[in-house]
Amino acid sequence: MSAPILPVEERPRTAIEPALASLVLSHPSVLLGGSLLLAMVVAAVLGPTFVPDPFAITPTARLRPPDASFWFGTDYLGRDLFARVVWGARVSLAVGLAVAVLAVAIGLLIGLVAGYLRALDQPVMRAMDGLMAIPGILLAIALVSVSGASLVTVVVAIVVPEVPRVVRLVRSVVLSVREEPYVEAAIAVGTPLPLVLFRHILPNTVPPLLVQATYICGSAMLTEAILGFLGAGIPPEIPSWGNIMSEGRTYFQLTPWIIFFPGTCLALTVLAVNTVGDGLRDTLDPRIARQMR
Amino acid sequence: MTVAPASFRSVLEVRGLTVRLPERADRRFAIEDVSFEVAAGEIVCVVGESGSGKSVTAYTVMGLLPRGLVPVAGEVLLEGANLLARPAAELRRLRGRRMAMIFQEPMTALNPVLTVGAQIEEVLEIHTTLNAAERRARVIAAMREVALPEPEQLYHAYPHQLSGGQRQRVMIAMALILEPALLVADEPTTALDVTTQAQILALIRDLQRRHGTAVLFITHDFGVVAEIADRVVVMQHGRVVEQGPVREILFRPRHPYTRMLIAAVPGLTPPERPPVSKPPALVVRGLSKVFEERGWFGIRRRVEALRSASFAVRHGETVGVVGESGSGKSTLARCIVRLLEPTSGEVEVAGHRFGAGTRRIDRRLRRDVQIVFQDPYRSLNPRRTVGQSIIEGPMNFGVPKAEALARARSLLRIVRMDPDCLDRYPHQFSGGQRQRLCIARALALEPKVLIADEAVSALDVSVQAQVLELLDEVKRRFDLALLFITHDLRVAATICDRILVMRQGEVVEEGPTREVFATPRHPYTRALLDAAPGKGVIFGAASSACG
Repeated sequence: MSAPILPVEERPRTAIEPALASLVLSHPSVLLGGSLLLAMVVAAVLGPTFVPDPFAITPTARLRPPDASFWFGTDYLGRDLFARVVWGARVSLAVGLAVAVLAVAIGLLIGLVAGYLRALDQPVMRAMDGLMAIPGILLAIALVSVSGASLVTVVVAIVVPEVPRVVRLVRSVVLSVREEPYVEAAIAVGTPLPLVLFRHILPNTVPPLLVQATYICGSAMLTEAILGFLGAGIPPEIPSWGNIMSEGRTYFQLTPWIIFFPGTCLALTVLAVNTVGDGLRDTLDPRIARQMR
Repeated sequence: MTVAPASFRSVLEVRGLTVRLPERADRRFAIEDVSFEVAAGEIVCVVGESGSGKSVTAYTVMGLLPRGLVPVAGEVLLEGANLLARPAAELRRLRGRRMAMIFQEPMTALNPVLTVGAQIEEVLEIHTTLNAAERRARVIAAMREVALPEPEQLYHAYPHQLSGGQRQRVMIAMALILEPALLVADEPTTALDVTTQAQILALIRDLQRRHGTAVLFITHDFGVVAEIADRVVVMQHGRVVEQGPVREILFRPRHPYTRMLIAAVPGLTPPERPPVSKPPALVVRGLSKVFEERGWFGIRRRVEALRSASFAVRHGETVGVVGESGSGKSTLARCIVRLLEPTSGEVEVAGHRFGAGTRRIDRRLRRDVQIVFQDPYRSLNPRRTVGQSIIEGPMNFGVPKAEALARARSLLRIVRMDPDCLDRYPHQFSGGQRQRLCIARALALEPKVLIADEAVSALDVSVQAQVLELLDEVKRRFDLALLFITHDLRVAATICDRILVMRQGEVVEEGPTREVFATPRHPYTRALLDAAPGKGVIFGAASSACG
């Protein structure tokens, strides 16, 4: 070979590394939401070792307003509300995270298969349509009442109605990517189907899924609280935000703080998660990001 | 610079125009010190490869520069008035009335939810005080002038109901309805088939003569230049390297870059090639593909994309498949590589028939047929390194990683790339380099048949010539059967031993390239050859070397 070897021109990399920095810089709200979320996570993980016993009943100190010894006041059994709210953060975040991870994992698998295998597309998608037609809360209540209340059943009950949304998202990405020449090239060099799916198609679904996961996480925390409030959620002895609010409902006119504190925490946490999700979307979706610039 | 004859009035004059690029771009100026003029009744072609700044020039004239690109020096004079100094509102008035533009892709330039008549009429609504009936009459007249059939009916048609050529005619009608002094055409025929292209070029030429319009015509295609230009401006890296009358530029180019560009255009006269007598590597018998769209109540639509194609390609032979869009040439390629399952017919590779044995044998056969796609920017997975892409195939068939990597390195040398590229990502390479990488990936499986599906169509002419040479070289080196699919007759003439002409899913003519070009038998082949732009000019001083 006498011909010269072509030089490779050096081009600036459009890499992901600076993306995180630009995310924080261009969206101050993300920084705020992120720190809030981080604070909640720290409180949920470390908090319970520092706060008083959330189950300790003090009959002499019932329905106390917030003061120096009981920061958030006490409930109708004289239990320390601050300790219970901190414990509740643990439940909420655990449910949010578990639901997001499970819904994405299950939806991803079903979506990949439905999007790629033509024969399975119609049956799978019609089943998903059927699931979507049932109101999520109603389905969750039905599932919990059939199988009994526990953390696991609540998570399952929230995951089931979220799965179809993920499936539709993944399927739409797969449908657009499967026609890409690089996917066809991979098939042409004899790459087996599972590898084509996981190596060449799946990475394209990650950015939109990451964004979707944050929204699922936020709405799962809300749903968990709603279920708790309706008495169809986690067993009442566990201090979740929904349960605390449910118990405080009857005393609302006397002691509004019992609902106020867990309610505020829930609102702030969901807001924080959604803000981070918005920021991720703007950074990861180049179309929207370009319009914003 | 040549001075226009005194009888011509200069409609557009660009003087020392410099446009700055955003800070992080790979060079400081998109165009630098660009000067030329366009007289009334004259067609000036601005020609150059991608990145030459020809489109930026057109967009600056129209005042349609994207944000971030700023004219920093020079003037653009339209009938004596400097456009760069005018307020935006006045520019808007001038666009449409005194200058108009047509674009490369008429489908995206037209609004899909409005009828074409309404879209042409909108120009009149904005710029004139005509009443509805007068406007309508003028729209119909304009549509008739661009030779749209039955304008009264077509007025109510939506863009998707028209063919590509008809859509471009609508764009032209829209651009010329107010009789602008200047028409800016940005690659208006690039997305069209060659026969349609010939018609549109004739139409532009004809209208321009009748109305005395000055035309600034942006193109990358020297065939088109030869067909339509009065004068030519050659651009490279944002600068004008040469300009002059079309005959001067085509026959006596002075600048080395112009000479290189013209030499790189493949000629339309195929060189003499001895017939290849080796055994066939690929045999296709009665291959058909029918696409069926099934509804709930039976079949809704049936398209016969490929009708009983039969041919053979020998070891060391290049067979070209030429045809316009929709002729079924890509379907043919996909059926042979088994990206599509053919409806009927047989594909035999090196004596083994697909589907005759077990699935394992089919998989082995698949290894013997490899393909290089058209779009180099989309045919490599952007998330995987070049090395990962090249060794994927061999590793699928059980080759150990170290061995596959060693082979990848030697293949990179064969396609003239630095073996150290293996760890880089596709976006670090230019289009031509990526196409070399795709060829290396295809060769990694040591195939017997290589299919190039429009593999050089997206490349600039100079790069195209190099990649063609490379394909020819690897064909010889590995004794490959090369099935070369293209819409470009010039490219086919350069590289193919034999040619199949396809039309509407059927092979209408087959024969040695020289014979088909010299004495075409089928009327469609004749029409294709007649439509090839710039057929009167003999290009291809350089390309015959690789034949």
